[in-house]
Formats: sequence, C-alpha cells, structure tokens
Amino acid sequence: MSEPFPKPAPVTQRWQGIQRGKNRHPFEWLVEKMIFLVSLTAILMVFLIFAFVTREAVPILFGQMNSAAKQPVIPVAEMDKMPPEVLRNYLELTREEFASMDHDTRQLLMQTKVDAAKDVSTDKDASLNTTEWRYLFLPYQWTGYDRPAYIWQPVSTIKKYNIVPLIVGSIKATVVALLFAVPLALAAAIYVSQLARPKFKEVIKPAIELLSGVPSVVVGFFALIVIATFLQGIFGYESRLNAFVAGIGLGFAIIPVVFSIAEDSLTSVPRSYTQAALALGASRWQAAWQVVLPAAIPGVFAAIVLGFGRAMGETMIVLLASGNASIMSWDIFDSARTITATIAAEMGEVVAGGDHYRILFLIGAMLFVVTFFSNMAAELVMERLKRRLEGKA
Amino acid sequence: MSKPAAPNTTDFQSKEFRFSSFFFTGLTGLATYLILALLAVILVNVVIHGWPGLSWRFVSTIPKKDVFDPATTGILPMIVGTTIRVIVMTIFVLPVGVITAVYLTEYARNTSRVTRIIRTAVNNLAGVPSVVFGLFGLGFFINFVGHNLDLLLNNGEKAWGQPSLIWASLTLAVMTLPVVIVATEEALKSVPQGLREASLALGATKLKTIIKIVLPQALPGILTGGILAVSRAAGEVAPILFTGVAYYMSNLPTHLTDQFMDLGYHVFVLSTQSPNIDQTQPILYATVLVLLILTFALNIVAIFVRSRMRRHQRSLH
Repeated sequence: MSEPFPKPAPVTQRWQGIQRGKNRHPFEWLVEKMIFLVSLTAILMVFLIFAFVTREAVPILFGQMNSAAKQPVIPVAEMDKMPPEVLRNYLELTREEFASMDHDTRQLLMQTKVDAAKDVSTDKDASLNTTEWRYLFLPYQWTGYDRPAYIWQPVSTIKKYNIVPLIVGSIKATVVALLFAVPLALAAAIYVSQLARPKFKEVIKPAIELLSGVPSVVVGFFALIVIATFLQGIFGYESRLNAFVAGIGLGFAIIPVVFSIAEDSLTSVPRSYTQAALALGASRWQAAWQVVLPAAIPGVFAAIVLGFGRAMGETMIVLLASGNASIMSWDIFDSARTITATIAAEMGEVVAGGDHYRILFLIGAMLFVVTFFSNMAAELVMERLKRRLEGKA
Repeated sequence: MSKPAAPNTTDFQSKEFRFSSFFFTGLTGLATYLILALLAVILVNVVIHGWPGLSWRFVSTIPKKDVFDPATTGILPMIVGTTIRVIVMTIFVLPVGVITAVYLTEYARNTSRVTRIIRTAVNNLAGVPSVVFGLFGLGFFINFVGHNLDLLLNNGEKAWGQPSLIWASLTLAVMTLPVVIVATEEALKSVPQGLREASLALGATKLKTIIKIVLPQALPGILTGGILAVSRAAGEVAPILFTGVAYYMSNLPTHLTDQFMDLGYHVFVLSTQSPNIDQTQPILYATVLVLLILTFALNIVAIFVRSRMRRHQRSLH
C-alpha cells in the first residue's frame, strides 16, 4: 500500500538536523565543530590502544629480536674500526647513554661482553633465538627434556617463551566460567524479564547490577580465601588454587554482563509476541521459552560472546585464584596460568625494551585482537536483532 | 474405519501442563535467587570478618615500613591515593564523555557513518581487557608521551617518563570513557523533546538550548555517569599495575608525577605477599571492607539517582 504523503522524519531526527550556518552564528558554528571533534576521542583511543600496544611488540613480529643466550662477540681491538652507530647497537645503549660515555668506558663495556660470553653455558640451545615464531607456538625438545614440550619459562638462562600453555590456561578458566555463569544468568534473565512481577523486577535488576560493582580484586580475594577452600572440601582435588576455582570466580564477574545483555534483548521482544502466545492458551513459561526466547536468541548469543571476551580479559581474579603455574595441561583441577595474569605478574620485573617485555606486549596485543573481534561480533548480532524486531513490531 | 483424530490441543487443566509451567518458573526463579545469594555471601563474609579489624586508627595511619603488622599498619595512604587518582581521572573523563554524548544525542544523525563508527568505538572501548589498558598506559602515556615530555622540558632527565599518578589517572580516564558516555546519553534522551522545541520557539539557538535547558535537566543523569565511572575506577587494579601504583611509600604523594599506594592493589599485596597469612587476615578483610564500602556507596547512590530520574521522566511524558 503506497502512502499518499511521505512519512515525516522522526522527531529526534529533525532536532538533530538543525545546523546553523557559519555566517549567521560563527561562534556557535565553531563550538559545534569542536563538539564533533571531541566526540571522535573514542575512535582515536581505540586506534591508539591498538597502535601503541602493537608498537612495543613490533620487533618480535618482524623477527628483529634475538634472545639467544650466546651472542656473537667482537674482540676489543676491533672497536676503533667500527662505525659509532654499529658500536652503539652492539653495546645496547640508547643515543644519550652512548653520547655521555668516553672512549675508556666503552672499551670497558666491550671487555665485559667478551668476559660474559665465556661464562655462558655450552648448552646446545644457548644460541637459539627463542623469540622466533616456531618457539612461540610449536613444541620444542629442550636440553634435558625427553620429548618436545610447550614451555613458558621466561626467567632462566635459556628463555622459553612458548605461549600455548598460557592460551590453554586462559581457555580453561574461561570455559569453566561460561559453564557456571551462562545457565544461571540466562535463567535469571528469563525470570526477571518474563515471569517475575514488575514490582519485584525493579528491586532485583539493580541488585544483580550491584554484583558488577564488586571490584574484581575483591572477587579474586574472595575466590582465594573462601571459594578455594570451600570447593576443595567438596571435590577434594590436590592443588588448592586451579583453573576451576579461577573459573568460578570469573563466573561471578561475568554473570552481570551476561544477565544484563540477555535481559535487555528479551525485554526488547515486543509485548505482542507474549500476548499472542498467552491468548492462544500458552502458559507464561511456554510463552517465554517457546516464543520470546527464540525471537531473542541472537541477543543471548551476543551475551555469551561478550561474557567470553570479559572472562578472557579479566586479570585480578585469575591472578589471585588460578595458582599461576604454567603447566601445559587440559585438566581443570591443575594450577593454570592465563595470558592476563602472566602480563600482570611479569611486567613489573622485566627490562623495558627487552625480549621478555616485548613478548608480554605481543600477548597483550593478541588479547586485544581477540576481545575486539568478539565485541564486534556481539555488536553486529545485537544490531541485526534490534532491526529485525523493530521491523516486525 | 476410524474416528477422525482428535485435534491436537493442550489440556490446560492437565497435571503436566501446570507442573512444567510451575517447575520451570520455580527453576529460573531459583537461579535468580542464587545469584543474589552469591552477592549476599560475599558481602556478609566481608562485613563479618572485616568489621572487627576496622578502627579509626587503622584508616588514619600511615604505615611505617611493615604493612603486614596488624598492630601498627594503616591504610591512610591507600585511601588518599585511590581518592586522588579517581578525582584526577574524573577531571579528564567527564568533559570528554559529556561532550561526546551531546554530539551523539543532539547532533549526530543516526544514519551517518561517522556516528556508527563512534558508537562501535565506544562499545569496543568498553570491552577492552583492563590489563590491556595497563599496557596501553605504559606504551603510550609513559614510553611515548612522558618520554617526549622529558626530552622537551627536562633535557631527557626522567620526570614524566615513569609510572606516576597522572598517567594512572589518564589510563583510567580512557577506560571509563564509555561508562560516562552511555550514562550521559541516557540522561540526555530522557529530557523531553518539548523542552527543546519550546526553547527554540522562544528564539534561543540550538547551542544555547543545549547548554541552558538540556544539560541542566540531564544533570542528575550525568552525575550518575560520573559516579559509576568513579566506582568502576576505584576498584580497578590491573590498569594501574604498570602505570603508577607503588608497593610501599613512606609519604603521601604530593605531585602528579609521584607514585601512589592504592586500596585495590593493597588488597592484592596483602593476599599474596604476606609472610604470615593468619596474622594478616584481619587487616586484609578490613581493607577489603573499606574498598567495598567506597565502591558500593557510590553504586547505590548512582542506582538511586537513576531510578528517581526514570520516574521523573515517566511523569513528564
């Protein structure tokens, strides 16, 4: 059916469309432009986060770092023949440091290098550059091991930077968290949005949101002191702190996230759906389960994806409650070390600009990318859902 | 020779029908109460164990050296550090967040591409892991901005290019930007359209309308956003780990380039570094209680203001 008149624009659109010319109100025009510029801050920040976290990891990405314990040595006598820039790089000095040193100090540094090279172990792995991709992701048979293994051991003579145990640790804790939190939060979302009395809803929603106000360090502390002991009493596993305890703690943190997104999308399903179902004789539960939930299922998916991203990125809870041993094991009752906890625990003790420092930034950048894409996926799904429900309503 | 099949209808009075409905309503209700119970367990546990350790002396003492000794330690520098860092953060985040929200609700057309990118960026910023913000603070504010400030102002001497109060606050400001934007947007949307039109009809320009009519009307909501941001930031530890927090300082911070002690970080220190866990447990619980009181008081104020705002909005429409 064609309409005789074009549909009027929504009221907000008309107000938002008001713009003053720069000739009539030059000052206001300028202020409005500045408001626009300031509003770009969020975009700029996301870009800067990506750029500057990755920037510190660039030398690893392009294989410019060399973490080998045994470095090639140049005899002291060669010093005067070397160009200053090469010498500076060899001595690992910044420009300012290099400029402030006289000839004798530099000579002394070169001598130290030569002496240090004599002390380095004769291990066959000593000359490996462990920051190469294959040592980061593939198992390798290190000296003293009887088979290839994934090892994260950044503080030792031969630094082992295999990231796989950390990824496994993160995934273990996250899966436990999702298995614990998603059913609870979804059930609560269905109850609060569809079945509970409205009065009750007004009390319970803020109460669950209050749970997200508990700082993660407090949840971590609680998991460490109370939950760990409680769960060990029930399950009787060996190591008190493990991926399971950390996962339950993480569950506390993501329940509010999953709940509020799922509740939002369930509420956004038009009332007419429920009313139609009830009119056909369905019970409230049937209407909620067979009509409203299927209509809102993309929102539920988005809630789970966001919960996943939040659990992967949560730091203090896993740092406190997971035990932090970087063991390569899929057993959830083993102590685990996650990506986030590794960054938080080790960044304070690394040499700025060293290979360990850059590896930590690299795994941080990986984490950023993972959460970025899960956020994007969730947002896309939610937007589609909104459009579809609005179109049908 | 068969009777036509009975129409496949549900017998509403049947036992199964009533039972399944009753059962699942009960089950989902149970899940809801379980979540509330979990929250209650945390709160009750912390209050019961934390209350005895809390005293005026404890919250007003600057610890000398040993932070693990229950008899002499105190948490004044942590309270001060946390307070200052959230105040500095608010100074940065509130204007930027409010202006962005003003643009998004009052100027932006929902269909335009820039608006959608801004919204996507805000949503994404809200989901960036807190420890990545810490890395960002270190890589951008300290190693880039701070380092270059040192080269410009101090001839390369380290003053800005190291972890400090200002960089921790700025990192937190970036982190809480989405909180402020979302809350302010909601507040601006709750201002009735009629007020804007009335103001325009009286001859005010759009900017004047926004500044004199819309923003004052939305003030409670904007404050809610600020409060939520403060409460979120007050409890965060991961972003400040490498950007400014100190394990121990004998003095209160006096300058923006000083490091500081922090309540949340102190909870972490007390739970993991203590030489004698049983001995430090009371002060650990007391510290957690103080942190919880701080964040919860703010949260409850925010929830209260917000629900009043919503009721007010309903009465206007």
